[in-house]
Amino acid sequence: MDFGPFLFLATLEGLVQAAVLCLTALGLSLVFGVMRVVNVAHGEFYMLGAVLAYWITSWISGNPAMGFAVALLLAPLFVGVVAYLSEKIILRRLGYDPEATIVATIGILYILQQTALLTFGPDARPVEPPLYFRVEFPWFGYSGYKLIVIAAAVILLLLAWFVITRTRLGLIMRATQFDRETAQNYGIAVDRVYAMVFAAGAAFAAIAAVLIVPIQQAHYLMGGDPLLLAFIVVIIGGLGSIRGTLLAALLIGLSDGIFSVFFSPTLAKMVSTTLVALVLVFKPEGLFGHRSRL
Amino acid sequence: MDSKNSQILSLGIHAAVVISFYALQYVLPEYHLLALTRIMLLAIFALGFNLLFGYTGLLSLGHAMFFAAGMYGAGLTVYHFGWSVPGAFLFGVVCGAILGFVIGMIALRTTGVAFMIVTLMFAKVSYLVIVYFTTYTRGDEGLVMPAEFRGFELLGMSISLTDSVTRYNLALLLLTLTMLIVFLLVRGRFGRALVAIRENESRTRMLGYNTFAIKLKVLTASAALSAMAGSAYALMFAYIGSSFATIQYSIDPLLYTLLGGAGTVLGPVFGTFSMFYLIDIASEYTSAYLLVTGIVLVLLILYFPKGVFGAIRQKYCRWLP
Repeated sequence: MDFGPFLFLATLEGLVQAAVLCLTALGLSLVFGVMRVVNVAHGEFYMLGAVLAYWITSWISGNPAMGFAVALLLAPLFVGVVAYLSEKIILRRLGYDPEATIVATIGILYILQQTALLTFGPDARPVEPPLYFRVEFPWFGYSGYKLIVIAAAVILLLLAWFVITRTRLGLIMRATQFDRETAQNYGIAVDRVYAMVFAAGAAFAAIAAVLIVPIQQAHYLMGGDPLLLAFIVVIIGGLGSIRGTLLAALLIGLSDGIFSVFFSPTLAKMVSTTLVALVLVFKPEGLFGHRSRL
Repeated sequence: MDSKNSQILSLGIHAAVVISFYALQYVLPEYHLLALTRIMLLAIFALGFNLLFGYTGLLSLGHAMFFAAGMYGAGLTVYHFGWSVPGAFLFGVVCGAILGFVIGMIALRTTGVAFMIVTLMFAKVSYLVIVYFTTYTRGDEGLVMPAEFRGFELLGMSISLTDSVTRYNLALLLLTLTMLIVFLLVRGRFGRALVAIRENESRTRMLGYNTFAIKLKVLTASAALSAMAGSAYALMFAYIGSSFATIQYSIDPLLYTLLGGAGTVLGPVFGTFSMFYLIDIASEYTSAYLLVTGIVLVLLILYFPKGVFGAIRQKYCRWLP
């Protein structure tokens, strides 16, 4: 294959990465932006989504598209409920103290991951794609499902953008993010907003996982990489800034996809992690955000 | 109680702990001798971590990189250059101290949540570096130290690290040394400055302390102690591997410290001891023994944030260091 088509293929792979990363990082960014909680367990919600997708699709026999549709609906819902409960039972009692919540979410990380190991087992398991078709480009054929993933992510992101900027729910959320106490004075049930946001953030990670699981396999340790990447994206994009997060996800997902086609993935990860740590030290407002009120 | 008496009493308590560790070697069977040797080395790691977290209030989520720096500093020089044990041990500690200093120069510009994430990321980078240079480190699979390097001469005595009683006593010696260092550090002026930074950094700065320099010093010391633990671990158990640089090994000292009580000298030692055996017992029943880690972390932070010795100190003896 020539360089041009090869680059095109790498870009497509990068776009699939970026699509999933946008969804995962949006969840993390929402939680951090509104609640100021660094959710280290975010990757495990992602893993939980994938594992649930495996279970649901293997229970529902018949047309794989049927099972997948049910999984796409039920898995995020269930993950949302788990997140809602852990927010209510654990995080709320800590008064959202930054250090205590980080330690608590590390604990939640282990609990979710090890519970998955106990019930799901140590093996990676595949989920059948809901549909098979290939899109024929002049140089190579490409999996149609991957293109659907990109499209689905775009639709979901537009939906999220609409809810956040154009509805009353979004307004309440943004008010809480801007000033918790004033929002409370205006009669907003801040506790309820926090619980909802935490659940919604986890559900986004689960949706991303259900979309990706026909391409990658479900495994109890799969939460680590998306967590790191989502962290990177949220930091580069500016902590708590949603527009910055999406821009950064696109940038990082694309470059990560392209880089790992051309270079060793370990080296790529090494360099990007160092750069991001330095961004956080020297430019904590991120590359796209404005100074946050942390 | 006046301060002179309390000083003697707390010294006595710490000495009693050391002596009971010493006495245990005569009654314990081989398996527990080995387990306690590991516990003592990990306790040194936890004490180093606690210096930063418990006394200075800086929560690092990347201390595995300092442990690994000591481990690889000692292990690689023995394996590739055939250094003798004392030289390699010291080199490991120096590696950790240097890494601590460099990371401190960068990471201490941040505070709070950003500091945790930055240390977490640097630890991730260290892990990736070990995996990337797999030609020299053999990454995940690790390296086993050749047996002929495990004996050495020191002050006219010939010491062999293959003997479990020798290892036990060496680990105890290092632990005692560490406890003494931490004890002296936190009782003195330096320790008071650390606690002042933990309680209110801007006020401490206003009082004329250079808080950045103090934090850099304590991070370097903390890293050096952690590296000492890693260095001794590599030499005594003759194995180095990248699994010691994973996030798991950054969380463990936090867990030990929280359980035993942050900001106490005996807390991390007690926490390491109980957690080690708890995990040991759990791993007999299930492969998902890290579940215990998660549950204990959540329960501690919810109901018992001061830890065992923190609670004892608050209730009974406020003079406990």
